[in-house]
Amino acid sequence: MSLISVRNVWKEYHDTVVLEQINLTIEPRAFVALVGPSGCGKTTFLKMLLSEERPTRGVIELEGKPISPEPTADRGVVFQRYSVFSHLTVLGNVLMGADLQAKTGAGRFFGRTFGRERAAAVEDARALISAVGLSHAEQKYPTQLSGGMQQRLALAQALMGKPKVLLLDEPFGALDAGIRADIHVLMRKLWNDRALTVVMVTHDLSEAFSLATRVIAFERRRNEPTDGGRYGATITKDYDVWPKRTPAALDAILSLSGRDDPQPAHATRRDDPAETGVAS
Amino acid sequence: MRLINLRPPSGAGRLLALLPFIFVALAYLVGSSVRLAANPSDKLLPAFASFADAINRMAFTTDTRTGDVLMWVDTVASLERLFAGLAIATLAAVVLGVAIGLVPYLRSLLGGFVAAFSMVPPLAILPILFITVGLGEAAKITLIAIGIAPPLVRDMALRVADIPRQQIVKAETLGASTWTIVLRLVLPQMLPRLLDSIRLQLGPAWLFLIAAEAIAAEAGLGYRIFLVRRYLAMDVILPYVAWITLLAFIMDVGLVALQRRAFPWFADARAS
Repeated sequence: MSLISVRNVWKEYHDTVVLEQINLTIEPRAFVALVGPSGCGKTTFLKMLLSEERPTRGVIELEGKPISPEPTADRGVVFQRYSVFSHLTVLGNVLMGADLQAKTGAGRFFGRTFGRERAAAVEDARALISAVGLSHAEQKYPTQLSGGMQQRLALAQALMGKPKVLLLDEPFGALDAGIRADIHVLMRKLWNDRALTVVMVTHDLSEAFSLATRVIAFERRRNEPTDGGRYGATITKDYDVWPKRTPAALDAILSLSGRDDPQPAHATRRDDPAETGVAS
Repeated sequence: MRLINLRPPSGAGRLLALLPFIFVALAYLVGSSVRLAANPSDKLLPAFASFADAINRMAFTTDTRTGDVLMWVDTVASLERLFAGLAIATLAAVVLGVAIGLVPYLRSLLGGFVAAFSMVPPLAILPILFITVGLGEAAKITLIAIGIAPPLVRDMALRVADIPRQQIVKAETLGASTWTIVLRLVLPQMLPRLLDSIRLQLGPAWLFLIAAEAIAAEAGLGYRIFLVRRYLAMDVILPYVAWITLLAFIMDVGLVALQRRAFPWFADARAS
């Protein structure tokens, strides 16, 4: 069964059609990249998947049921900015995913985990923090981290909430090239190890093709100034990335090194001011 | 070099900061001695020795009539009123500010009312307070609370509304309810900002306190100033003014220290 199914979705603001006739199904374990020129509505589409915006027409289903009209824990998200909470440490940020879904009565009231539930949550959080390579910065606040580290933290935090699908809105767009290459490796590894389904908006085609299993392009078929917004963008291209990227095949890809590739995985990450002493 | 690029070395910087204070003290000394030379019983600009006498009388000896140390009694009475008013206004700022800033229905319901209410000049309703709640402590505390709560509430509401939408959505996708968003996201991020706006409202709070005490009170720093005004007792008034200023300054410094201690993340977060 498909995980996400989008049927005949339109989005209009007043007289302007932004998106028209969007039909799409996304399988579990897919890594879908949404690309297109700026203003083509790919972020609007992601916002609809997130329920931050509602379609004017059509339905979006998650596991066969229409998605909730507001953001919920079944869809995790990482934005380009403001994804992490500045008042919490790295550990506190990742723990939020468990805290806000606490099972006990007091936990639900205070939005915190207590006792044995907390111990288990701390263990899970530490595992995620180490998976994104932030173990050495556990007690730091986000403002003490570099941009790349903040986005890695945001990924760990989103995964702690155990979403069915992870939505990424240009998450690496503000990062330097080298740091972006590092985080791409991490992203592929997370997708591989943690059985994620990912939908990512990006304006970077090479990022789309190097990460995704499927690349979808949004475009306006007609874009004449005289049309006055009567034609929206729709899906114009839908590529399966070849050779087919499956979790097993990834190891082979990861072992190749190419032009844009980062340094070997075990070396100090180049965006770690905590280790090089730049920020502190 | 351009003037904007010249920086005082750290020691000189501190000396420069002292200069205006020294200048004012010297100007006073000169003025005072000129007047006292012309008329030894002049009351307008008493000599520093008269201040020492007055401070000794007010702050370190018991009053023969009441058996109290007057300055101490005045200070306690004033600070009680001030803190009570500040506490009520702060509570209102947290509850109403978060409600208006975060919940669209409550914003529609209360936003306009708070905006209109904040335009009422607090001193104009002081007579109403004296008539309705009497001349006791309640009227003074209410005046302070009514005077500073509206700006605090509005500031809080604006700052809550300024929380990036992504942060709220992020909390929702981690499973937060409206209540846990308030508890785990909005309040922790707003408390250090609340301390900032309380600092800005300390001045108005003292203003309303002294205005209320001037009209009807039996003790208090403002009461004492207006009482001894009848005798042109500048030797008491000026030390009292200095003492009030010092208290307000200490509160301001204390709030800054509290903010730094309790919210270590805030200084960086505000800068970025």
